[in-house]
Amino acid sequence: MISPDSITTTTCPFCGVGCTLQLHIRDQFIYKVTSPFDSIVNHGNLCVKGRFGYDYVFNRERITTPMIRKTPQKPGSRVPAPTLEDWTSITWEEALELVADRLARIYQRDGSGAMAVYCCAKATNEDNYLMQKMYRTLFRSNNIDHCTRLCHAGSVVALQMAVGSSAMSNTASEVIHNDVFIVTGSNVTENHPIIALQMKAAIEKHGAKLIVVDPRRIELVNYATLWLPEKPGTDVAVFSAMAHVILQEKLYNQEFIDTRTENFASFAESMEKFTPEFAEIISGVDRELIIQAARMYATAKNAAIYWALGIPESVHGTDNALSLINLALLTGQIGRLGTGLNPLRGQNNVQGASDAGAMPWHYPGYQRVDQEEIARKYETCWNIEPGGLNREPGLTTTEIMSAVGEGGVRSLYIMGENPMMSEPNLNHTRHQMEQLEFIVAQDLFITESAAYADVFLPAVSFAEKDGTFTNTDRRVQRVRRAIDPIGQARPDWQIICDLALRIEKKLGITQSSGWNFQDPSEVLAEMGSLVPEYRGVKYDRIEKVGLQTPVPDESHPGTPYLFRDQFPRGRGKFHPLTYIPSAELPDEEYPMILTTGRVLEHWHGGSMTRRSWLSDLFPEARMELHPTDATRFGIHHDDPVRVTSRRGTIVLRASITEKTTPGVVFIPFHFAVAAANILTIDALDPLAKIPEYKVCAVNITKVTEDELPDPGSHQPRGRY
Amino acid sequence: MTEIISLTIDSIPVSVPSGFTILKAAETVGIQIPTICFHEACTSNALCRICVVEVEGARTLIPACVAQVSEGMIVQTHSDRVQRARRTILEMLSSTVDLTDSPEILAMMNDYHADPERFPESNPREFDLLDDNPMYVRDYSKCILCWRCVQVCAEDAQYTHAINFSQRGFDTRIDTFYHITLPETTCVFCGQCVAVCPTGALKPKRQWLLETGYSPIEIMSLTRSKRNGNKSRIQPERKLP
Repeated sequence: MISPDSITTTTCPFCGVGCTLQLHIRDQFIYKVTSPFDSIVNHGNLCVKGRFGYDYVFNRERITTPMIRKTPQKPGSRVPAPTLEDWTSITWEEALELVADRLARIYQRDGSGAMAVYCCAKATNEDNYLMQKMYRTLFRSNNIDHCTRLCHAGSVVALQMAVGSSAMSNTASEVIHNDVFIVTGSNVTENHPIIALQMKAAIEKHGAKLIVVDPRRIELVNYATLWLPEKPGTDVAVFSAMAHVILQEKLYNQEFIDTRTENFASFAESMEKFTPEFAEIISGVDRELIIQAARMYATAKNAAIYWALGIPESVHGTDNALSLINLALLTGQIGRLGTGLNPLRGQNNVQGASDAGAMPWHYPGYQRVDQEEIARKYETCWNIEPGGLNREPGLTTTEIMSAVGEGGVRSLYIMGENPMMSEPNLNHTRHQMEQLEFIVAQDLFITESAAYADVFLPAVSFAEKDGTFTNTDRRVQRVRRAIDPIGQARPDWQIICDLALRIEKKLGITQSSGWNFQDPSEVLAEMGSLVPEYRGVKYDRIEKVGLQTPVPDESHPGTPYLFRDQFPRGRGKFHPLTYIPSAELPDEEYPMILTTGRVLEHWHGGSMTRRSWLSDLFPEARMELHPTDATRFGIHHDDPVRVTSRRGTIVLRASITEKTTPGVVFIPFHFAVAAANILTIDALDPLAKIPEYKVCAVNITKVTEDELPDPGSHQPRGRY
Repeated sequence: MTEIISLTIDSIPVSVPSGFTILKAAETVGIQIPTICFHEACTSNALCRICVVEVEGARTLIPACVAQVSEGMIVQTHSDRVQRARRTILEMLSSTVDLTDSPEILAMMNDYHADPERFPESNPREFDLLDDNPMYVRDYSKCILCWRCVQVCAEDAQYTHAINFSQRGFDTRIDTFYHITLPETTCVFCGQCVAVCPTGALKPKRQWLLETGYSPIEIMSLTRSKRNGNKSRIQPERKLP
């Protein structure tokens, strides 16, 4: 038996639940992870990623020195360099001078429109705050975004429109106070495992009833009272039909509608067409199930809705989210303990990165860049001449990629993101990456995206730095350094500050915007001075237990659930809706709907989990196919199949399972050799600019073993 | 309003809400009753009986982790009869189970003057170490059958039901259904069983490798088949530290 040199308490770097981890260290090696049984978020429970998945930190592919490409890259002929042979190690001094020089030159030549940065929902609040500050103050550019655009943008926009705040309204553990709850577009068991445990306990031990609305037969269906197996992309029809039933049967909350909401009449009128019969035709869900679900939700004492990316990742993602919000406003199931609207955020810090202003339209705290008095406030704090900051809202993640080229975006700074796995229609993304003049990658590994960079800046992992993450229920929690940085890797916030000072010098700026931070706590303090929700969050207050924003002052205890007395925009606004079909529907040539998502053992683009022993448990991409379709296509379990869309083709093994529904195939997007996003469509929601990952049309054909990219990797598993 | 119950523990008057266990009531006045199978995050089942106490008027010793307080109860937590029972439990445990990874139980043996050699004729419970997945190893020679792992895998946390008891009596052991490898079960590798294991029978694989003499660099350089472990369940060769 060995004893640890030290045990460091920190926050899990995987999903948005924000579990507390205790890293047991010996000789600078994490050999075990535990979690205290009194931890507020997870009560000592962890999932496989949090408990065992940290070993990517020590993966031998970690890059630990700054590097540049051996062959200088030119726009149009840029080639990826996935292995070390194509790179030369250089000093930090050389690397940062080079980056500062190239970025400053491009900015001076082509202006702020040529500059763009992908911030990172894995990095800390402090890292993201500084990155957006660097691009706003030095390059006067709002082309700042991160992967929230690819996950919950539709939910964020809808919640901003309807209630004026875009976070989960409840604490996740409040699920035990729900009498009825709806889970839609979310495979909680695999993607927010600890919240799923709390949901199961709510059902099994506290008598809550669950309604699942999802095209997949997710594991939670085993615990559900009702399962509404909708066709992908028909959420507006199903939820509006529920509203129709609630209106018809007068199950709505008149007092709530009168005192807390507006625009009811035009909304109610727009719901008339959504009869359960109409919804059944559109969605394939039995009308009786819709009626039962509507009655259950509306008549529950406390009811809440939980959703993940099945709702926003659509060309009508904003409408999908609005259809859920309408239901909550109609029944008054919001603003009380155990009631509310809960978008389950994916990344460990996607809430925080959004709060910290890693967004093209907003400064930190969702304060619009095109509002004069707000811009003035930021100019004063950041020491910028009046009128100096850019008032023009910037480009979103997907728009940045489309805008690459002469007269458009010329340089891209990628902090930890992996667009070459996570963007839709990857063949197009690759073409756009090739056109860039200068790319900086700040990461742990040469990811599929970092392979396109000119300069690689080695950043540290979560275990090697201090900072804060904000989890899905708005809790700001500490991240603590447990081991020394590996090699020459540096914390992101230090890299950014060092680089910003050099860029200021190159641009001849004499009035610095302030980059001399000794500690991340000083960065959070500056952010708190600008963002009212974070004003009361101080490191010494969150040493033991994180605070839930908004925390307006230093004596405020935090806010477990939102909207008790009023909505941030005043009254909650109903939105009339119309059903719009998905951008690409199946036809004779491409007869199946492809929907994408994740599995328990992997994380997003896989740059961490494919470099962890986690990948031994789930080593290869697999396509889920319903038994009826398997018979139709003559495909057996484990057969290799080719999946083709109008945009590309991949080969992977099939799993024949009733987890999916007839006519729908499911592919996780973690695996580079069979990247689901080669197939997905880059059609966008017009308001939120979020791509439609959840619906596109594909064809499948059986192929031979030798066409598989990685035929040897196979791990039989018995889990759901 | 909850009813308040008054009782006496080791001659100290105690008042606690009804529904409190004797264990919890004793804690409120600073009396420590030893526990092994009890865990705050698990349902108590009074399996190990180390927490037994003497209650006046009761025929047998009473397990404090499940027995609830009642009005006028008189409890002795460290009487001779209690001490003898605990000592015997510890001596039986140590005669059948490898307790080398259980410092808390070893400390208890010391406290209760338990003699590890009291039952020299006993058969130790010996099992091959199970190394069949990349996340954790199972060494049931160290298992005292406290039930915690089975419970957290079921309703106490995960609702996964990947492991349960098999066999009967002395041969009772924790196992997967039909003795299949863990990846083939419903196991989701949350590791909650590892977290509540009191005796090191369940251990994270990288900790186990470190303890068997591998360096961090060697561990991170293992091949995939080595990481996945031995599917045929032959005890792997141990390296000496």
